[in-house]
Amino acid sequence: MSYFVNEEGYYGDFGGAYIPEMLYPNVEELRSNYLKIINEPGFRAEFDQLLKDYVGRPSPLYLAKRLSARYGANIFLKREDLNHTGAHKINNTIGQILMAERLGKNRIIAETGAGQHGVATATVCALRGLECVVYMGEIDIQRQAPNVARMKMLGAKVVPATSGSRTLKDATNEAMRDWINNPVDTHYIIGSVVGPHPYPDMVARFQSIISAETKKQLLEQTGSELPDYVLACVGGGSNAMGMFYHFIDDESVKLVAIEAAGKGVRSGYSAATTTLGQEGVLHGSRSILMQTEDGQVVEPHSVSAGLDYPGIGPQHAHLFKTGRGEYVSITDDESLQAGLLLTQLEGIIPAIESAHALAQLEKMKFTPGQNVVVCLSGRGDKDMETYMKHFGL
Amino acid sequence: MNRLEALFQRKKGNILSIYYTAGYPDLHDTVRIAEELEAAGADLLEIGFPYSDPVADGPVIQGSSKVALDNGMNLKLLFEQLKDLRSRVSIPVLLMGYVNPVLQYGVEKFCESCKAVGVDGCIVPDLPMAEYERHYKSCFEEADLCNIFLITPQTSAERIRKIDGLSRGFIYLLSSSATTGKNLQVSENTEGYFARIKSMNLKNPLMIGFGISDKATFQKASAYASGAIIGTAFVKSLGEGKPVNDFIRSITGS
Repeated sequence: MSYFVNEEGYYGDFGGAYIPEMLYPNVEELRSNYLKIINEPGFRAEFDQLLKDYVGRPSPLYLAKRLSARYGANIFLKREDLNHTGAHKINNTIGQILMAERLGKNRIIAETGAGQHGVATATVCALRGLECVVYMGEIDIQRQAPNVARMKMLGAKVVPATSGSRTLKDATNEAMRDWINNPVDTHYIIGSVVGPHPYPDMVARFQSIISAETKKQLLEQTGSELPDYVLACVGGGSNAMGMFYHFIDDESVKLVAIEAAGKGVRSGYSAATTTLGQEGVLHGSRSILMQTEDGQVVEPHSVSAGLDYPGIGPQHAHLFKTGRGEYVSITDDESLQAGLLLTQLEGIIPAIESAHALAQLEKMKFTPGQNVVVCLSGRGDKDMETYMKHFGL
Repeated sequence: MNRLEALFQRKKGNILSIYYTAGYPDLHDTVRIAEELEAAGADLLEIGFPYSDPVADGPVIQGSSKVALDNGMNLKLLFEQLKDLRSRVSIPVLLMGYVNPVLQYGVEKFCESCKAVGVDGCIVPDLPMAEYERHYKSCFEEADLCNIFLITPQTSAERIRKIDGLSRGFIYLLSSSATTGKNLQVSENTEGYFARIKSMNLKNPLMIGFGISDKATFQKASAYASGAIIGTAFVKSLGEGKPVNDFIRSITGS
């Protein structure tokens, strides 16, 4: 069985490019060029060099000793939180800005929820001197003022999405509408492994640096490049796909994806897509999404804005349906508790998104000597207000 | 023969197609508006079924979709409302909307329901040619439904030929690459594009849509095609509570 995209843009039953004709020329231009460009030696060299000197890669693989003692296994943290801009998002925006330049685009658009992808996009646009427009839900703009300020300081124009629920999914709709209206000079930097083919595959390739490095680092530190478990949180699923990518065909490695249960899977305030969702089409690809029986998209909820998305990428839907990955969920409270625990045991304040993956450790049974890698996808600075409010700090 | 194909055989120019959203402004307006549009002189109807995330639409049609959803509109109810459509309306009727509600309703069941109530075709903008051919074509053909494809100024000649080969009824020619509700500005570029498509002598008739809002833009567009489609301007006029007849007269009257 293949867990990767086929020539028609599908992962099993999922994927494809469900886009209006207005987007076809742009998406087709990207589809017919992306692999060729990624494989050019010049592209590769520039991408690698920026990841090293600008982003600060390789990110460390850190054996968390006190966490390991608590869980009775070797817990390794893949430190994406130490990247420039504080999360894994920059791996993808570096790749896509180089792609956009080679396609001759001079205007960049992006969607953002919490603002992490927006900041990562505004950052690379500043770096390369390209015009940048970021769509962000009106409600998220109010919730995430520091990231809005960062984007503006970086020279991006932040446009509020005022339609629908005024959060991430609507910001994505607005970015697509912008692209429809600007069909020639604009590249859309999607922030996750979602969207029409080839986006899920392209973003996964740019994020796959996470698992490529992890294999090398594990070999150095443990003598084997294969761990027993790999854990990562999933909103759209880009850090998880980067963390899983080079382990997917090693079937002895158990892949665990952690979704946001919000206030509880059945509470009506949840983003646990694989539990609550059905197959359908959202933002250009066939996947699993939270929807009513009439096919209207349902508003998700999570304390972490980065997991507050009603769908998952099509490759995740395929890993879920085939059973290659285990998809579980963690509540708001469990994740905040896990964030506090990591802070106090290891001196690392994680993003609440990443804290969902850490919380799963509490629910697993390990045997001594097992190696477990958790993707620490981002740092918690942006979440201080939520932590402080929750714990009365 | 399908009513849509019959229309294009009978009438060669100035065909007026009107789009409106089912369940808007009030939940049970759907068939009443269809009757009034036919009486006022519309040639063809496009009834929109609402979706929560209409990426190809501008603010006016997004707004009408939201009101319709809040009113309780869905495909099941729409087909109930259209049950006796053919005893009340004789002009061709298309359904227009996004693919996800169709998937949840069931593609086969959707086609059967269309056939049962006398719908003649569909426009599903986010169902591109490749996916249509792979998963949907046989169902649509079985129910004698015309699937209408869109082309834009950026669509290549090769792709237009392919779309022409797959189309039945007409081809929906977008005045520009845009979301719905932008005003048509017929520049030299636009005219060149319309003329280029016209000169391709496609087997399917052309209807021009997006940005057609009044008599002047309707006439301009009709010069290059069998007719034109008005959506946003009509939905806006419905929202303002204006009579259907007055709007149609403002387009067709002398």
